[in-house]
Amino acid sequence: MPSFKQALGASSLQGSEVTTMALTVYRISTWIKSPRPYLMLIGFAFFLGFWMLSVEVWQLPRFVDMPGPTEVFTEWFSEDPYYGLSVYTPEYYKHIGISLRRIAFAFFLATGLGVPLGLFLGWSKTFREFIFPLFEVLRPIPVLAWVPLAIIIFSGSETPVVFLTFLASFFATTLNTMLGVESIDESYSRAAYCLGASRWQTFVHVVIPGAMPYIFTGLQISIGVAWFSLVAGEMVSGQYGLGYVINTAYMMIEYPKIIIGMITLGVVGYTTSAMVRMMGDYLMQWRVRELALGDN
Amino acid sequence: MSAVINENAGSLDDVTDGAISIKDVVKIYDPDGAAVMAVDHCSIEIPAGEICMIVGPSGCGKTTLLNAIAGFHGITSGSIHLDGELLCGPQKPQAEPGSDRIVVFQNGALFPWKTNLDNIAFGPMMAGKMSKAEIYEKARGMMADAGLSGTENNYPGEVSSGLRRRVEIVRALMNDPKVLLFDEPYRALDSLTKSVMHEALLEIYYRNKVTIFFITHDLEEAIFLGHRLIIMSSRPCKPKKIVEVDIPHPRDYSVLTSTRFREIMNEAKDVVHEEAQKAFEAGEKEG
Repeated sequence: MPSFKQALGASSLQGSEVTTMALTVYRISTWIKSPRPYLMLIGFAFFLGFWMLSVEVWQLPRFVDMPGPTEVFTEWFSEDPYYGLSVYTPEYYKHIGISLRRIAFAFFLATGLGVPLGLFLGWSKTFREFIFPLFEVLRPIPVLAWVPLAIIIFSGSETPVVFLTFLASFFATTLNTMLGVESIDESYSRAAYCLGASRWQTFVHVVIPGAMPYIFTGLQISIGVAWFSLVAGEMVSGQYGLGYVINTAYMMIEYPKIIIGMITLGVVGYTTSAMVRMMGDYLMQWRVRELALGDN
Repeated sequence: MSAVINENAGSLDDVTDGAISIKDVVKIYDPDGAAVMAVDHCSIEIPAGEICMIVGPSGCGKTTLLNAIAGFHGITSGSIHLDGELLCGPQKPQAEPGSDRIVVFQNGALFPWKTNLDNIAFGPMMAGKMSKAEIYEKARGMMADAGLSGTENNYPGEVSSGLRRRVEIVRALMNDPKVLLFDEPYRALDSLTKSVMHEALLEIYYRNKVTIFFITHDLEEAIFLGHRLIIMSSRPCKPKKIVEVDIPHPRDYSVLTSTRFREIMNEAKDVVHEEAQKAFEAGEKEG
């Protein structure tokens, strides 16, 4: 595979502005030319084929109640869905919208609190001695164990769900940010002090950008666990949302709706984590360019 | 670039700042109660503007001395002065790090998240005494002088390791330091890149004369660059032999094959080899 440098013309590299646009175009064109998209399609086809054969063609005994792909997709794209949920019903988007709103709220809250906390935990030894042991005891408690307490403390059905979603995200973000600060090579802060930077300037110019790769790894994990705990929360309490759809569909024996809810969760969840990744690439141009070009 | 280099290139007469005086410095590490003496009553006088090469086997305590001058850690006893001013001594075991003494690190410490230009502008930006436009103008000028034009907007990770080292030296010189402290900066480079870097360093030095405290275990590098070699004994670290390099500056790579170079090499080699042997045996025992 030709390197990015060759694609641009090695002579023009020094000092040339490698724009984000050029990088994106280059990435898409190599992706299309590589076998990866076709392997991906084959992977999906295998899965759908297995589902169709086991449920609709062979009708395996344990799969009797399971809806087949034909039934699910017909329902999903029907203008007049039998169970009342398809891409044509406003209800469907209301569920997605409410889940997304909860995720956004919890995710931004977890990021806004977790990143600063993690930075200070990594930066100040005293602060870490004070907070970290408590943090380490609370962290392994599974989100589901918090459900009763969340319902007791918070009123209504909305806040407990957001709280549960926030919780898991918060721990992931804080921990990774702290590790990020610890991962920074000591010579960077020494160099900053040598060049006359104050402690605060070193924090802003060295600690924060230096921890950035770990912070974004943390945010990737955070958005993933946010969806996990959201669905758990919505199944227990809540009146809308994709977790609620899955749970009520199960209780009302509307099985195709379960699958529609699950696939939707997969697609929306993937989209949100791709957005977090893009945000990271945007903020860490140096890293993107290092990985794309730094093969010398 | 060579226009500025003249007959006077090696003379230290016009340099007034940057004399380092190390007196009776002792550094004892005390990990787990087992005291290890890293530096033992070490005294070195470095005149302003000298390229002083500290030569010794790996792990002999040279870096401890450098860190004490830079202010990264304290000393147990003794004192270090810069131009008569106390950096660290009996009342003040650890020096404050500052932009009058800048370290060029072993593995390089350019900030990978800043472009080369922003790296070079970092010191003055932090000091906040000049306007942003003035700083960038000075930075671009210094980059041009060092042959770095065209890489301003690249990130350090995008350019070659030799170029990165040059950017790092320019970043230090932006702050008009009195002393540059080199901690085996060319250790990881291949020998061809190394020779290019040596000439580039001398060229930069002829234009901006600062005191250079340069740690190395490479004897050829030491003789080629230095006015003086201070060969250290291994563990604890103290000067064992001082070798004057009387090859006139400006130097270029042709001096490597000169007779005088060979003579100095022979003079220094035995001492260095003996210390390396001792360090190796000590390492064997501990290992």
